[in-house]
Amino acid sequence: MTHPETPGGNLVIRVSNVHKSFKTVQAVRGIDLAIEAGRFVAILGPNGAGKTTLVELIEGIQQPDEGEILIMGKTWKGNENYLRQIIGLSLQETHFIDKLSVWETLRLFASFFGIGKERCEEVMQLIALEEKKRAWVVNLSGGQRQRLALGISLLNKPRILLLDEPTTGLDPNARREIWAILRKLKEQAQTSLILTTHYMEEAEQLCDSIVIIDQGKILKEGTLTALLGEVRDLPVKPVETRRITLDDLFISLTGRHLHD
Amino acid sequence: MTDRITNSQLYQLIATNFRELIREPGVLFWGTVFPILMSIGLGMAFTRKKDVVTIVAVAGENHLVWHPNDSASALLQFLDAGRSSIEKDKTGTFSRTITIADDKLGNTTFVFRSMEWQQAMVLLKRGSLNLILDEKSGALQYHFDPMNPEAQLTYLKLSRMFNSKGTVLAGSGTSVVPLTVSGTRYIDFLIPGLIAMGVMMSSMWGISYAIIERRSKKLLRRMVATPLKKSNFLLAQIAVRVLMNFVEAGLLFLVAFLLFHTTIQGNVAALFTLFLAGNFAFSGIAIFISCHTAKTEIGNGLINAFSMPMMVLSGVFFSYHNFPGWSIPAIQKFPLTMMADGMRSVFIEGAGFGEVAFPIVILTATGIVFFIAGMRFFKWH
Repeated sequence: MTHPETPGGNLVIRVSNVHKSFKTVQAVRGIDLAIEAGRFVAILGPNGAGKTTLVELIEGIQQPDEGEILIMGKTWKGNENYLRQIIGLSLQETHFIDKLSVWETLRLFASFFGIGKERCEEVMQLIALEEKKRAWVVNLSGGQRQRLALGISLLNKPRILLLDEPTTGLDPNARREIWAILRKLKEQAQTSLILTTHYMEEAEQLCDSIVIIDQGKILKEGTLTALLGEVRDLPVKPVETRRITLDDLFISLTGRHLHD
Repeated sequence: MTDRITNSQLYQLIATNFRELIREPGVLFWGTVFPILMSIGLGMAFTRKKDVVTIVAVAGENHLVWHPNDSASALLQFLDAGRSSIEKDKTGTFSRTITIADDKLGNTTFVFRSMEWQQAMVLLKRGSLNLILDEKSGALQYHFDPMNPEAQLTYLKLSRMFNSKGTVLAGSGTSVVPLTVSGTRYIDFLIPGLIAMGVMMSSMWGISYAIIERRSKKLLRRMVATPLKKSNFLLAQIAVRVLMNFVEAGLLFLVAFLLFHTTIQGNVAALFTLFLAGNFAFSGIAIFISCHTAKTEIGNGLINAFSMPMMVLSGVFFSYHNFPGWSIPAIQKFPLTMMADGMRSVFIEGAGFGEVAFPIVILTATGIVFFIAGMRFFKWH
């Protein structure tokens, strides 16, 4: 899908040779990435691979030491107000205000975008929290809170949605509820998604393409089919009844499991 | 045996907590070094009670003629007999100092200062002194608030000294005149101080702690990932707090009015402006305190570091004139002292804009300086 105001074709995000270090740690080391409009991309890697830093760089709260990041053809400098309007974000862990209801929390964040009640109602329906409308955040389950976080990130109908490990720590049911919401979003084809995760199943279920990173570098990227096709010379041959997964690919590349 | 201990959950939990503590210098400082510094400061202020200095105003008809050659005053004769020292300040006011030596309880030094009744009342309202002495026909009159324990102690010590055997005043008549006129009671001294302290504490905890907690929970970071105007966020924090401070101060005053008939003797508009300036100063300080840290433990320490010294030293509960003379000019420059003194002057001395213009300007400037400094270092994520 091509957006008319997207310069350079339908690329919404272009990351070019980006480096970022924190004191002695090189979190991101020369990453290049191009994401087209409407695509769902998973950034897959173990803990400490540099996924969150990459998202923070794209989100504009970190400045790259080297390289360039263009969002809808624009750099963050001088375009912050515009870019904040079109990006949705859900962090790995956000504690909203405990004694604010679901509705009040949505209304609060909606006000930051100048959005009214109608959209809050729509989002409430989308995240299936209508029954918890008046419930305080403190009384929500982990899955409900994460759905609320996702709902907040969707309030502005974002062109780009950044989700940093949205299902980490959730039980399988709660995870599937989040996936269902994201699938609905995908059907609408209005939003490009960058999703960081260390659950390969999540990447496989939701995303058009997958970027595998480790130690701040991209190891492989491509569609799920293409990546699985690359699995060669595995140290241990998969048992006949077991299907080949991205974990097998990661092992073949690093000698470690994705969840290590 | 050693392995069994080191493998135990309790050992590992204690070791983890200990490591966490010693590896966080901020927590260590606020948890251990700061309380020690506070105890040293307060210890110096309160334990060196060897010489308690109490100022006693000598007012009434005699004060004008109360000079070294005045032989009509029985009090003067007493002081001369007691080998008091005589001092004359820049304004020409005579004061006489006499010390009661006591090895066990510590020495008590009384400074008898001659002054006009009106001036004595102003100093009494400010808490600079707690008792006024008057002499009529050789009989002493003690004027003080009977509800003020410090004043009672001064009275008891003085009357004991004056009535001891063999002195000129022994056997002479004395009388106590209770001062219960509005503005002279301890409650009148206390209420403006409590209002000022309420503003400080409410701003420090309400603004600083809320910001630090939001930062620690990553809520601040989440909020600024939207088109939220940062100035709106801070303005909302301050506005809600100032509004709450108005409500709290109003309730406190209402209770004081209903129960103790406390009134505002000065200009209400000046009081309102001073109150706003105080809120502005403490809001600025609160923003500065909360500008960087994401750890609530460090936030607690910082808030205490700013508020505790002022709470203790600024004369909220008792006059700061009890502290050593060298420290008073510094204490008077604290924002809380300025606000409390200014509010007292309007509440009980009848002050107007002219008298509180200086604290209003200084408090406003304090707010501006701290706010700008806070914004300079403010960390949103």
